[in-house]
Amino acid sequence: MNAAGRWRWWELVLWVAALASPFLLSRHALIINEIAIVALFALSLDLILGYTGIVSLGHAAFFGMGAYSAALFAKHVMPDPLVGLLVGIATATVLGAVCSATILRGTDLTRLMVTLGVGLILMELANKLDWLTGGADGLQGVVMGPLLGRFEFDLSGQVASVYSLTVLLLLFVLARRLVQSPFGATLKAIRDNRLRAMAIGIPVSQRLAVIYTVAAGAAGAAGALLAQTTGFASLDVFEFHRSADVMLMLVIGGVGWLYGGIAGAVVFKLMQDVLSNITPQYWTFWIGLFLVVLVLVGRERLVRPWTWFKPAKPAGESKT
Amino acid sequence: MLTILFDGIAYGMLLFILAVGLAVTMGLMNFINLAHGAFAMVGGYITILLMQRAGVPFLVCLPLAFLGAAVLGGVLERTLYRRLYGKPHLDQVLFSIGLTFMAVASVDYFVGSTQQIVQLPEWLKGRTELGEGAWMLGMGHYRLFIIVVCAALTIGLQYVLAKTRFGSRLRASVDDQRVAAGLGINVNVVFFSTFAVGSGLAGLGGALGADVLGMDPSFPLKFMIYFLIVVAVGGTSSITGPLLAAILLGIADVAGKYYIPKLGAFIVYSLMIVILVWRPQGLFVRQGGKA
Repeated sequence: MNAAGRWRWWELVLWVAALASPFLLSRHALIINEIAIVALFALSLDLILGYTGIVSLGHAAFFGMGAYSAALFAKHVMPDPLVGLLVGIATATVLGAVCSATILRGTDLTRLMVTLGVGLILMELANKLDWLTGGADGLQGVVMGPLLGRFEFDLSGQVASVYSLTVLLLLFVLARRLVQSPFGATLKAIRDNRLRAMAIGIPVSQRLAVIYTVAAGAAGAAGALLAQTTGFASLDVFEFHRSADVMLMLVIGGVGWLYGGIAGAVVFKLMQDVLSNITPQYWTFWIGLFLVVLVLVGRERLVRPWTWFKPAKPAGESKT
Repeated sequence: MLTILFDGIAYGMLLFILAVGLAVTMGLMNFINLAHGAFAMVGGYITILLMQRAGVPFLVCLPLAFLGAAVLGGVLERTLYRRLYGKPHLDQVLFSIGLTFMAVASVDYFVGSTQQIVQLPEWLKGRTELGEGAWMLGMGHYRLFIIVVCAALTIGLQYVLAKTRFGSRLRASVDDQRVAAGLGINVNVVFFSTFAVGSGLAGLGGALGADVLGMDPSFPLKFMIYFLIVVAVGGTSSITGPLLAAILLGIADVAGKYYIPKLGAFIVYSLMIVILVWRPQGLFVRQGGKA
């Protein structure tokens, strides 16, 4: 394993702190659970946006697929959370494999449209198949069994948050291993210059399809966690704003390093919490303003306040 | 059946007027502008508020909606959009989503979240029926009005693009920005005026469509996908491509909702994905232009 792949001390501290947080801050366990779930979701988007440069506006499709299949499985087959999680991952992975055929060709705009379209189709499906999904009312009456047969999901969310954090950690380790493998190196080569990657013999389409499928599975896991820990699945999981929010999180934290999604999820969730306390109805305005400022000022400058008053570096040649 | 076709064409024409500005700006500046619907919403709300609160007649509101949206578009182009030309598409997507969120929340704050109703003048309310039986053609006067206005606009646009000096400058800039600039065309001015006119047309479309599409604060998000479909399927290199795509989309949507209401918008989205997987550059692409 090369130097970049080695675990640094702060990473270990971070994960120990994260896993201890539900016990130390037990009153905030519910929001910790939410953060862990969206962090996993953002992590999965990072795999395709950060490592292959595909701009997807429909990543919520896989999130929702995982949520609905986990909830339906718990309701109709068996209430065990771990099996349900695997089912959620499996269905989302299958969906991702099918959809990966659609993102291989075309321009950014085409891919944007296709991913958006897939998300909308699934939302329509969940809406119209009301005998199965409960339609616009959402899928109710999902009762989860105890975790590992011992730990009941409690109201304060402690078990739920430990569960979500553990799944996040496991998938994070896997994703980390994946992007630092030779496979990950070929992905970065594709992102940086697709034509050149093709010329040195990297099977571009196949690599893109594989990573898209893996990312879909991880997003499905996030969705399954949400459905299991809240005992509920509604059309909200497919909404456009979910895809947009997760992209925002990723951009706040920075794309192309796996902690970006996690850092962004923490910042975004806390910001959302504060803003929606101040203006419950209009907080999207401030999120929008934040996005605009973020892009105009540039993320690099925004997260480094000490560069605000220095003259800007002369802009280099813009990438083409 | 003809009625459905008629309604579909009216709907398609409306979509074309809403989206044509987006098609031109996207082709011209390679800018993915998801906030285009916000300009349409501005136009729609200008019309509604002027009619409701100030009692301005409908026909006077339409040019005002155009002007309002065009001025807003021009100001935003000068101040914000132009900094983002040439930036990565991700930045453009985030920026325009941010603008859309802001527009949605502001309208919600100032006007309220309920759907607004347009009081159409009497002479637009009627309905004419021709023929009988299965081939009966029922034409709502308002839809007829939409078709006439949009057709006039389309012919006007086509004339401007094909025959005038500005049109040839615009086409040159779309084809190759750098060479156009090298030939002494002031590309910035072309960008600016195109963006303003495109936003204005969206505003006009929003005003015309306020009755048919329904106007509430979530309008830009609800119809964003439709505009993008028109542009992505129609291609960005001409205006006939988006026109055909818009009419196709309009007919498919109206017919789908009428014959198979269970499936709803399903048909349109699946059709779009199939078309885009089949022809990623859009259905109607001129050979030789910049991809």
